[in-house]
Amino acid sequence: MMEAESRLEQTSNAHTGKTLFRGELVYLVAPDPAGDAAMFAKWMSDSEFVRLLDTDPARLLSVGKHKEWLEKDLLEEQKNDELFFLIRTLVEERTIGFVGLDGIRWVHGDAWVGIGLGEREYWGKGYGTDAMQILQRYAFDELNLHRLSLNVFDYNQRAIRSYEKAGFIVEGRSRQYLNREGQRFDMIFMGILREEWEKRLLL
Amino acid sequence: MNLNTHLFEGQLVYLAAINPELDAQLESGWTLDGDYQRMLGTDLVRPLSPAQLKKQYTEIEKEMDEKGNQFYFTIRHLPLPVVKEPGQLLGFARLDWIEWSHGVCSLSLGIGDPAERNKGFGTDALRLLLRYAFRELNLFRISAAVPAYNQAALRLFGKEAFKEEARRREVFHRAGKRWDGIHLGILREEWEQS
Repeated sequence: MMEAESRLEQTSNAHTGKTLFRGELVYLVAPDPAGDAAMFAKWMSDSEFVRLLDTDPARLLSVGKHKEWLEKDLLEEQKNDELFFLIRTLVEERTIGFVGLDGIRWVHGDAWVGIGLGEREYWGKGYGTDAMQILQRYAFDELNLHRLSLNVFDYNQRAIRSYEKAGFIVEGRSRQYLNREGQRFDMIFMGILREEWEKRLLL
Repeated sequence: MNLNTHLFEGQLVYLAAINPELDAQLESGWTLDGDYQRMLGTDLVRPLSPAQLKKQYTEIEKEMDEKGNQFYFTIRHLPLPVVKEPGQLLGFARLDWIEWSHGVCSLSLGIGDPAERNKGFGTDALRLLLRYAFRELNLFRISAAVPAYNQAALRLFGKEAFKEEARRREVFHRAGKRWDGIHLGILREEWEQS
């Protein structure tokens, strides 16, 4: 009961949109395909970023194509199995990346998390962890999911540390899943259960 | 090297293309068995009409053409149709989520009619799929995901040298219980040695 009250207190201003989507360093906003496409095109032309983010081969797409992709993502959202936000800093009001859920399985209460900080100067400073914590609160307290899943690559140790800081634990690894620069790397599965997330709130 | 290998022909079954006109009616009957769908994965379990299944087939064929990242077969009882009707439909066998640059994909298969299970059809089809993936598509590894309660699938994959690689805890919520999702994998070199 105490726990529930304190959680409600934390999000008591949720209806204003100021608390639920707000963390210590960043807040989440909705994407706008027309306005954001150029920014995405810039981020996705950073091949290191792309290799840390995704299994797809790094490639270059026009701003128009990125706009199409973003529009398609918003259409997918209408199918109700995907949600997608941009990460903006509280101080400078600068959009530095994105975070979202896809493959939401409402029946089972599971969803996949994806997160990326396109702006390199914000790497390794707690911005991603902060955004992840906002998303976790949204997933567990608003969407009432049971667990969250994610995949991360063996060579992305910074991301693994960040996910562990947010309470995810390693659930296994697809051996030698990736071929990058002539070497094979594992793809790691991580997950967090609602009860694990709730316990961490009491720490 | 033997290029005459019958890639799509096993001991008991053969792999054939989708045949919506012929198969939709029978498959629609299988979806009335909720257990069959529950064994396959997290997708919503519901009866599907022949029309809905035909639409699904059309979408699969379109994706195969446009994206080139999956192969979908039906599993049919041998002998091969030379003149006569195609063999009895037994199930489906699928390679999807192919990531060509990494040489990886996911694999799934199912035998629709409970009366046709435990007769070796699944094993035979799985062996064909593996040979196709490793010897024709030249893939490097194959993944499969199975609910922890699907013991038959775990036994089948284990027998064919798949290794358990990950266990996503409580990812299935079925019949009032939470179950883990088990992820398996096999590398080409492991398949070659098995």
